[in-house]
Amino acid sequence: MTQHLIALWEWFPVWIQMLLLNLGKIVILLVPLMLGVAYLTYAERKIIGYMQIRIGPNRVGPRGWLQPIADALKLLMKELIIPSRSSKFLFLFAPVLSIAPALAAWAVVPFTDKLVLANIDASLLYILALTSMGVYGVIIAGWASNSKYAFLGSMRAAAQIVAYEIAMGFALVGVLMAANSLNLREIVLHQQGGIQQWYFLPLFPLFLVYFISGVAETNRSPFDVAEGESEIVAGFHVEYSGMAFAVFFLAEYANMILIATLATLMFMGGWLSPLDGLLAPATFALPVVGAVLGNGLHWLLFKVSFLLFCFLWFRATFPRYRYDQIMRLGWKVLIPVTLVWIGVMGAAMFLTPWGYLFH
Amino acid sequence: MNAIKRYLKSFLLLELLRGMSVTGRYLFARKITVQYPEEKTPLSPRFRGLHALRRYPNGEERCIACKLCEAVCPALAITIESEERADGSRRTTRYEIDLTKCIYCGFCEESCPVDSIVETNVFEYHGEQRGDLVYTKQMLLAVGDKYEKDIAAMKAADAKYR
Repeated sequence: MTQHLIALWEWFPVWIQMLLLNLGKIVILLVPLMLGVAYLTYAERKIIGYMQIRIGPNRVGPRGWLQPIADALKLLMKELIIPSRSSKFLFLFAPVLSIAPALAAWAVVPFTDKLVLANIDASLLYILALTSMGVYGVIIAGWASNSKYAFLGSMRAAAQIVAYEIAMGFALVGVLMAANSLNLREIVLHQQGGIQQWYFLPLFPLFLVYFISGVAETNRSPFDVAEGESEIVAGFHVEYSGMAFAVFFLAEYANMILIATLATLMFMGGWLSPLDGLLAPATFALPVVGAVLGNGLHWLLFKVSFLLFCFLWFRATFPRYRYDQIMRLGWKVLIPVTLVWIGVMGAAMFLTPWGYLFH
Repeated sequence: MNAIKRYLKSFLLLELLRGMSVTGRYLFARKITVQYPEEKTPLSPRFRGLHALRRYPNGEERCIACKLCEAVCPALAITIESEERADGSRRTTRYEIDLTKCIYCGFCEESCPVDSIVETNVFEYHGEQRGDLVYTKQMLLAVGDKYEKDIAAMKAADAKYR
């Protein structure tokens, strides 16, 4: 059996082998991601419920563990309604356009030192480009629906993304200056040597700005004016139902995970252990303890889960911003803060002997 | 000075952290959800649920067709028709409550001089078709027969406040 399979494999031309290998890698990457998205919705409902002294979903399966699966099945079976005066192609294309960048961005995310699908040098630029693409899905969805609420929602989303994309970009410029690299893997490797080397300490304002703009970028509460159900029903996805709606939903949560992962990589040392370089090297050589305390995927997952928990925590805590307040915060607070900090960094690096603080 | 203080406070996100510490504390607070089908909250003896027509212990129906409940009903949910029975007493031939109109105000129960129409503490009932929730005299009497013990207990518990 095995020989037959190997023979079949070798019979394929090289380009098909490459294609199959890459497809396999994509599947291995996306299946856990989709499961993560499903269980993030469950975690969200549970955590927000707990913060409101409720229990949250607990009926489907033991302790409600099958709830996300039941939700997915429900959405799969629902009818997909296309508004009669909508632009049908764009209407169906918009969800695809919103989920594709959210998934494609994962290609350059390094999970550990060696585990990365495409280790390209301009990965930070690639990420910036793709995360900005996501808003086209929202804008086109609002426009194609031919509904005033959807249109208002997408206009809001567009203005918000323009404002926060800039703050986010400037926050990343700080990381770039500190790491001297656009390669995500090298950015993480620059932070080696324990928790005090991670960039969230010297770049603390930028970390906060990045995380806040990340929340705004994914249209999460308290920046979810694009949905704003108290004012414009459900914003850009009012007219969507069934699987098309589910795809928007998936994209939002995949984006959340992506933003949390990027924040981890750029400011919190990615897969690096906080004790790395602080404990004696002999500790890391121990069989089980060393593997747990040492660098590895589990640290990345742990930090990402913590940041995702913060996303949910914010949603349970803060009321939604008023639309003009969002614009004020973006243009008049976050962008000046990043600019000032980049100026401080640049001056420290080139004019004073304290530049090492930022390296 | 105060303005600067306020500015610093919001700039350093102190207020947001205060808010997050509140929700963070509630994350570990005891949950107060009532797991409904398994757990139920206690009901007041004055609870106003499904209606019932009561009988005297000897089996005679209490209602004397005075139509006070029909007159007082603000939602016009009660319809009564009456005639003289062979023994000379006035009785209803038709007593219907449209539960889809009823607002459960309890006025019918208040107005009844013979404690015939009452609202029980039953709230778990449903209709599967249009018209299922128009309760006829037979249905109301059946409800009364079924829950007479509960109704009597509720009345007794509330009697000293009336």
